[in-house]
Amino acid sequence: MLSIKDFFTFLFAGILFGFVLMKSEVVSWFRIQEMFRFDAFHMYGIIGVAIFVGLISIQLIKRFGVKDTSGNPISIPPKDPKQVYRYVIGGTFFGLGWALLGACPGPMFALLGSGLTIMIIPILAALAGTYTYGALRSKLPH
Amino acid sequence: MLDFLYQPWPWYVAGPIIGLTVPLLLLLGNKTFGISENLRHVCASCNIGNVEFFNYDWKKNGAWNLTFLLGVILGGLIGGFIFANPEPIALAASTIDDLRALGISDFSGFVPSEIFTWDVLGSGAGLAILVLGGFLVGFGARYAGGCTSGHAISGLSDLQLASLIAVVGFFIGGLVMTHFIYPVILP
Repeated sequence: MLSIKDFFTFLFAGILFGFVLMKSEVVSWFRIQEMFRFDAFHMYGIIGVAIFVGLISIQLIKRFGVKDTSGNPISIPPKDPKQVYRYVIGGTFFGLGWALLGACPGPMFALLGSGLTIMIIPILAALAGTYTYGALRSKLPH
Repeated sequence: MLDFLYQPWPWYVAGPIIGLTVPLLLLLGNKTFGISENLRHVCASCNIGNVEFFNYDWKKNGAWNLTFLLGVILGGLIGGFIFANPEPIALAASTIDDLRALGISDFSGFVPSEIFTWDVLGSGAGLAILVLGGFLVGFGARYAGGCTSGHAISGLSDLQLASLIAVVGFFIGGLVMTHFIYPVILP
């Protein structure tokens, strides 16, 4: 389990992330509709800049061999690009759901926190979807 | 300063903070940013039917991420309730026109009140959107091995080809839903 210090560290990181999701309207069903219509730059700006900042940061961490706060080396587990089916089919299923619900997992929970209690329904459905994948995993192409 | 907290944030403020979440979690304990992994941890915590995919030590692997998720909920409360943006979202006029044509008329909140209300339990289309949408998000994220945070942000930041393929999939699905399926289900 987590130490008290780790608990508050990750809790605070989550609060910051959830706060930004709300302030930038990333949680909005309307913003997702707008994004998939290519009607505004807003979402592309956020995702694009986030990737750029993440990319520079990871390059710096790798280049300088930066260690984490416990002194352990930082490593990012690679995903296997040979499993094309799972990324194309799974990704398409995810995209259908993202546009239908107008929210991906982070926003689902941030919206719940903002007082939109109906989000319990899609969260439970997402758990059912996750469970279904786990149960069918060996039968699906990967 | 306080005024800034009450206003919506533009992309060039939000983008860098979201991007910095990736190195922040790496530096805090070599953790890879990915929200949907938590859905797996919750399934693993109650693993009905003893499914192999959920047989792992979810407390050891997931405690930090579930804590992060609890923070996201609290962040939603602080950012979306206590410091709620005062004005309706400044959407593109063309999107508003499109959505009006689909029968959406309330643009005051983050989500259309026609769909995101407990009243949908009595209506077919609204309930289908919430249940099927949620299911596909959960199923697709685990099938693809990540969601927007895990693939689009973390994966692309690390130049992973797999994540690029997944993000292309996200957009295929999203475009098909928005342009071909939504117009049929919202008459």
